Amino acid sequence: MSKPAAILPHDAATITAKSPAQWTDYLQLMKPRVMSLVVFTALTGFVASGGHQNLFIAIVSILCIAVGAGASASLNMWFDADIDAQMRRTRGRPVPSGKVQGADALALGVVLSGFSVMLMGMAANWLAAGLLAFTILFYAIVYTRWRKRSTAQNIVIGGLAGALPPAIGWAAATGSVTLNAGLLVLIIFLWTPPHFWALSLYTAEDYAKVGVPMMPVVKGAASTRKQILVYSIILIPVCIAPAFTGLGGPVYLAVSVLGGLVFLLLAARVAMSRAGDMPGERDTDGLYDVKTAAKSARNLFAFSILYLTLLFAALLVEHASGLRPLDLLS
Amino acid sequence: MTSSDPFNEGPEAAAARRRRNVFLALALVAFVVIVFVVTLVHLGGAGVSRPPVG
Repeated sequence: MSKPAAILPHDAATITAKSPAQWTDYLQLMKPRVMSLVVFTALTGFVASGGHQNLFIAIVSILCIAVGAGASASLNMWFDADIDAQMRRTRGRPVPSGKVQGADALALGVVLSGFSVMLMGMAANWLAAGLLAFTILFYAIVYTRWRKRSTAQNIVIGGLAGALPPAIGWAAATGSVTLNAGLLVLIIFLWTPPHFWALSLYTAEDYAKVGVPMMPVVKGAASTRKQILVYSIILIPVCIAPAFTGLGGPVYLAVSVLGGLVFLLLAARVAMSRAGDMPGERDTDGLYDVKTAAKSARNLFAFSILYLTLLFAALLVEHASGLRPLDLLS
Repeated sequence: MTSSDPFNEGPEAAAARRRRNVFLALALVAFVVIVFVVTLVHLGGAGVSRPPVG
């Protein structure tokens, strides 16, 4: 993997003026907010599998998935430092802001990848370790290195890496991956494009500036809004499916149907809106402070996070509390 | 150069380096402890399932 293009000269000047790196800067390299979602979905996969693992092994397995996610995030920040420095959403990250050197981010990512995969193999099993290694390599190499800057389908491809943690948790608990584990993966995989494209509708300027071919940049806002709706229409039945495969119970069914309807309504509003048509739709660097035209996209982006969280929380609560899954097909 | 600033990088940078090193040391100790306990857990399972001798 070759080193990305250098950070812009004006950033190099900034680097020397920055205070020395704290350990919290290294923690930021691991994208702790993304890591928390990964831990949550992996934990759900682990618990929903019904596997019986030793509690300590269970904790170590989830820790390995968290560290593996952090490692791939660190590799991503190392490689993307040049474009991160130019985008409002990412310019404060540790490498572009000069708090951490790129080489240190690379080293952290490589070392943590090795430790997390090795420990997963020793503690749980080598299927889970293999899946974890695949996820890290897929995110760092296939998505970040090869596809992110070369195709408008980058989010669809990268979404696979974000979708795999429930399957890793499932494999860590049971030593196998079943169709229900695959269903959890499919939910996150199909959820990612409408979630991220909603965000990119009002951040497209940043991506265009740095040459990342995000869907609104390449195909335009109108096409992106249509694709968001199409993905949402496919997504919602898949989200409801676990209630019919012995995985989800009554709480899950209610959450997936009601939340799904709201999701579809918001996606339809995006499709009918002018979100992404006008430049400068953000008021600040924040992800939620947008002008009127982009509010429908902002609302879908925000609700998509809530919907996925509620879906997995429902599964987690049902399986942790011993609620019987629905057996709607029998 | 002082003992608390061996690389002559200034007090703030030296203090940050010390904090990072302490964090790294704690992480390594935690890793060793985890590997030790994981080994015990796996050995414990093997011990329980081992057939009686004789």
